[in-house]
Amino acid sequence: MAQLLIGRVSPATSIQDAGRPGFQRFGLAPSGALDIVSLAVANAVAGRHPSAAAIEVGPLLTQIHVIDGSVGIAVCGASRPLRIGGRPFAPGQLEIARAGDAIDLGPAVGGVFSYVAVSGGVVGRPVLGSMSVHARAGLGSPFSRPLTSGDILECGARLSERRVSLIDAPARTPGSIRVVLGPQDDYFASETLDVFFRSTWRISPVSDRMGYRLIGPQLRHRKSANFISDGTVNGSIQVPGNGQPLVLQPERGTTGGYPKLGVIITADQGRFAQIPLGGGVEFEAIGVREAQDLAISQAEMIESFRSRLRLIRDSSQGFTLDNIADAAVNAIDFDQAIV
Amino acid sequence: MIEQPLPRILPCGDSAVSVEFGECISEQISDHVLALDRVFGDRHHPAIQELVPTYRALCIHYDPRGLRFDEVVALVHQELRALNLKNRRPTGRVWRVPVCYGGDHGIDLGMLAERAGTEPDEIVTIHSAATYRVYMIGFSAGFTYLGGLDTRLACPRRAEPRIYTPAGSVTIGGEQTALQALAGPTGWHLIGKTPVAPFRLDREPMLLFEPGDNIRFFSIGEKDLLDMEKASAAGEFVAELVV
Repeated sequence: MAQLLIGRVSPATSIQDAGRPGFQRFGLAPSGALDIVSLAVANAVAGRHPSAAAIEVGPLLTQIHVIDGSVGIAVCGASRPLRIGGRPFAPGQLEIARAGDAIDLGPAVGGVFSYVAVSGGVVGRPVLGSMSVHARAGLGSPFSRPLTSGDILECGARLSERRVSLIDAPARTPGSIRVVLGPQDDYFASETLDVFFRSTWRISPVSDRMGYRLIGPQLRHRKSANFISDGTVNGSIQVPGNGQPLVLQPERGTTGGYPKLGVIITADQGRFAQIPLGGGVEFEAIGVREAQDLAISQAEMIESFRSRLRLIRDSSQGFTLDNIADAAVNAIDFDQAIV
Repeated sequence: MIEQPLPRILPCGDSAVSVEFGECISEQISDHVLALDRVFGDRHHPAIQELVPTYRALCIHYDPRGLRFDEVVALVHQELRALNLKNRRPTGRVWRVPVCYGGDHGIDLGMLAERAGTEPDEIVTIHSAATYRVYMIGFSAGFTYLGGLDTRLACPRRAEPRIYTPAGSVTIGGEQTALQALAGPTGWHLIGKTPVAPFRLDREPMLLFEPGDNIRFFSIGEKDLLDMEKASAAGEFVAELVV
């Protein structure tokens, strides 16, 4: 076993996996990582299942101390300075951290959330099939709340001696966030929808894992404000009475009493969640069929990560060209998460 | 055969649809939502991940790798054609739920009484006289939305929600009344507290009240509230199933 001690920690840092779908009819939103692609990259490099639990780290300075044992870690997500024991390291590749090392994640300079995956996994007991923290419902493991200074995480001791990285790591192209209109786009005049799609919105500081608020022009409803609650999905763009949209996130209310003009497509939800507070965002509408093609491509890409790993050439370990020739490793030590 | 005009089937992004039977609160609309919820639930289609019945629509969450949008629409139409409402009546269960009204547990009871031009005791009598239908569990875990509130008790939601209200709060918002399972913010008015936990992770069943159930409230005192809260924490329902 190994132990990690949380030192200084960004608010909004918590254990997240891919969430616990299946309970929204109980009023329990699935929670889960805000950026499932970055989670999957970190997990693949750490030798874990793409949906396995990792540490979702917020944008502020965070320090994790290895106080016992050694761990293999991989970090993916926001752009930020990374160090182990004072030595810089790159995201998207497996690194070893030993007892006495501090793992430093500096303040994010691009993006918001980083995923720290541990080779041996974080020890915990899944709640309704998932370790993801849902703060308001008080669910999650090993803590049912975001991490705070002084928390200790037990980790599996399994440690691959082979350091790997991802071939052709996915890069996100900046651009509009794509939206499928509905289910209540008819609650808005077409001029109002034009305003939504032509404006540059800013992410409000009052944004969190329940929803990201957008600051921009006031959007008015066409129909009466007496909207009877219906179901919500991740990425729903709700427009409450104050005319400022709220984009629902994984710890959202499962039903909502405000009209939703559209839903961010699955393939863009991670990219949207990585827009910093105060950051600008624009939206464009696409059809549901195209959105589904993109969702399927993303799912297939995530599945492919485990077969796109390669050994990192490390001169201190004396790799030769021969070794590198068979360095495309398939499914190394690939196991399920500890969950 | 469904006796209503056909519902609208609306995409909610690329991985869900809303099958919308109407735009208002009505028992008939709710019956249709719950009937469709049951038939899809019975089907166990591998690509359908969640069914969320609400007041007036069924939200169907699915995996686009297993079902494309057009296929989901076709599936819904198929199930609607086969729907036989007579076989799909709501549960018909009736629960008796204890509530400690007023005082510290119902800080808005006085305000509601003044609004209605009557005494707090009368508000309690009116509230506990009705049989309410459970329309929806939503917003947060176990939050139970009820219809059938006497219009004398209706009161628009607060402009400024309260940041913290306790678990077990019995509330009024607009024309609805609700049981709030978890502590949290609300813009609804607090009239009492119930020791019943609509949602408990470590209890079978986890969720006590289901859409289509009926609830009647009865008034209890502070001491009974404390005793029943202990029992509830130990896993007892504390609510009584009458039918």
